Amino acid sequence: MSIQSGTEGSAPVGAELGAPAQTPPSPDKGMFGVKGTGDVSGFGRLTRPRPAVFSSPRPYGEYFDDVYDALEEAYPALSEAIEKVVVDRAELTLHVRAEHIVEVCQVMRDDAALRFELCSSVDAVDYLGSDERRFHIAYQLTSMTYRRRVRLEVAVADGVTVPSVTRVYPTADWQEREIYDMFGVVFAGHPNLTRILMPDDWEGHPQRKDYPLGGVPVEYKGAEIPPPDQRRVYQ
Amino acid sequence: MTTSEYASERETTEGRVFTVTGGDWDSLTASVDPLSNEKIVVNMGPQHPSTHGVLRLVLELEGETVTECRPVVGYLHTGIEKNLEYRNWTQGVTFVTRMDYLSNMSNEVAYCLAVEKLLGVTDQITERTNTIRVMFMELQRIASHLVWLATTGMELGAISMMLYGFREREYILDIFEETSGLRMNNGYIRPGGLAQDLPESAVKKIRDFLKYLPKKLKEYEAMLSGQVIWQQRTQGVAVLDVTGCLALGITGPVLRSAGLPWDLRKTMPYCGYENYEFDVPTATTGDVWGRYLVRVAEIRESLKIVEQALDRLRPGPIWIEDKKIAWPSQLALGLDGLGNSLEHVAKIMGQSMESLIHHFKLVTEGFRVPPGQVYVAIEHPRGELGVHAVSDGGTHPYRVHYREPSFVNLQAIPAMAEGALLADVIAGGASLDPVMGGCDR
Repeated sequence: MSIQSGTEGSAPVGAELGAPAQTPPSPDKGMFGVKGTGDVSGFGRLTRPRPAVFSSPRPYGEYFDDVYDALEEAYPALSEAIEKVVVDRAELTLHVRAEHIVEVCQVMRDDAALRFELCSSVDAVDYLGSDERRFHIAYQLTSMTYRRRVRLEVAVADGVTVPSVTRVYPTADWQEREIYDMFGVVFAGHPNLTRILMPDDWEGHPQRKDYPLGGVPVEYKGAEIPPPDQRRVYQ
Repeated sequence: MTTSEYASERETTEGRVFTVTGGDWDSLTASVDPLSNEKIVVNMGPQHPSTHGVLRLVLELEGETVTECRPVVGYLHTGIEKNLEYRNWTQGVTFVTRMDYLSNMSNEVAYCLAVEKLLGVTDQITERTNTIRVMFMELQRIASHLVWLATTGMELGAISMMLYGFREREYILDIFEETSGLRMNNGYIRPGGLAQDLPESAVKKIRDFLKYLPKKLKEYEAMLSGQVIWQQRTQGVAVLDVTGCLALGITGPVLRSAGLPWDLRKTMPYCGYENYEFDVPTATTGDVWGRYLVRVAEIRESLKIVEQALDRLRPGPIWIEDKKIAWPSQLALGLDGLGNSLEHVAKIMGQSMESLIHHFKLVTEGFRVPPGQVYVAIEHPRGELGVHAVSDGGTHPYRVHYREPSFVNLQAIPAMAEGALLADVIAGGASLDPVMGGCDR
């Protein structure tokens, strides 16, 4: 591996200042010629389509069948609400349609055979490029009574609102605010949907896959940190 | 317009604004007309010694009673989760350890458990590694609780407690330094194993510490538990019952102080916690006093676990057998810190071309993790620390989200503070033990 000596006619940026040699990145290639998330390795992830996620066949195993049956009994409209059921790595994921998420949560919390009293975590994943409905919100529910965990997953496209579950699980309040802040997903019915980690006047939603890491002007000093794929180029 | 040297005031569109720096409360109250201005909005923090870092509380006061409390977080947001997506799975450890800076080891273990579950190698982690992980998580819990005791003592007027708490914590940081080369942000727990083996000198230090701390704990209890000021500042203050805790997602010592013995080490064991004998301390008062009792009792339980872990410690490998995952280095602690041992470098360079290539590929590129997602939770000093890790099959995390107990628990501040006195906001906030590095990530 050698450090590129620079394209014709352009001296490495910063070479005169005694800084580590930098060459201007080519417009269509990131580090090591890789686009997307900067891959510092250079060899992997040239293009990697995310494999499709399929429904798992019954029986699901462990306590998963019990949970599914109890939910079906307590919530008759389940077949409409659920898109698929995935069992992977000993974890159960119920993919729920966005408009049903509050009802499903309510049943999951209150039904005597389910009793998911605690909503451990709510967070989002951006599947840009591999799913039309790019934002997947994951609700990690915990049943203290039965010592079980289940994940509910809701997929929405950019600009589509998700009903807020704060009415059922008040703990989701800040976590939904974080998702709004980081991904720009709007939760309908949230009591106070404002930014929480970024400044109120921030533009953009940093955890989106099309939002760069670095390269954002730093306030106060006029300085700018180059994105990691432009800090050094080895090619 | 300045009424005094300290409490400067200015007119704004929102009304008159005072800047109070402490000790000048009298000059402030003297310049507010009690008939026309009943309500005062106090902006506490983000740079306030008793907000445990950069937490800001906007408090509306009527007299000394808090009528509304709005916590503002995010001042320490550093985008750790975003950064993780740009580094390989092994490098992620050095990021997550910097989240909650008082419980680095716990952060690392949670992350590594998630990566190992994604890889499907949880069962292949060696006995010795699991034992060392448990031991270090418990030492970390003790260190974290000692800092809690120290800072809370300071905030409620027991300044000497702060000195003692930090002094004892230093012993644990010494143990970590002896093992990993660093006091904090260790980067010691790695997916598939540990950065390096536990040296004999550290074992001796841990044994000494196990003898040392119980005596000191008795001293703290003698100093605090019977003291009237401590009791009155904590008993019946910032009460939150089990219902409130569950609704707000509060876990850890705060939940156990309300009476629910929910501890993931017992209820959903990981790293072999089911093989250790220990109790889950609870209280029934649900107040700051109960949280104090629970935390001190937890330090004792953690000492028990560390002792059992030391007894279980047998020589053996620390890295997983799979050479496609195990880090191909042998670190040695030199005079200038942790680095690759010279013998090992000589061995790789002289052995064979293939092993050099393998070493190079694994270190620069990292291992691939099959696509999928997992959620792994451990019992952190502050509650449930959950890691939601998603892989797309590459050498980098696609997304890692930390369910940080500090972040979730801070939502309880308004429930504890509203309707109570201003001074109790400090006690209630401290009893949640928030660490802003973890909260804001």
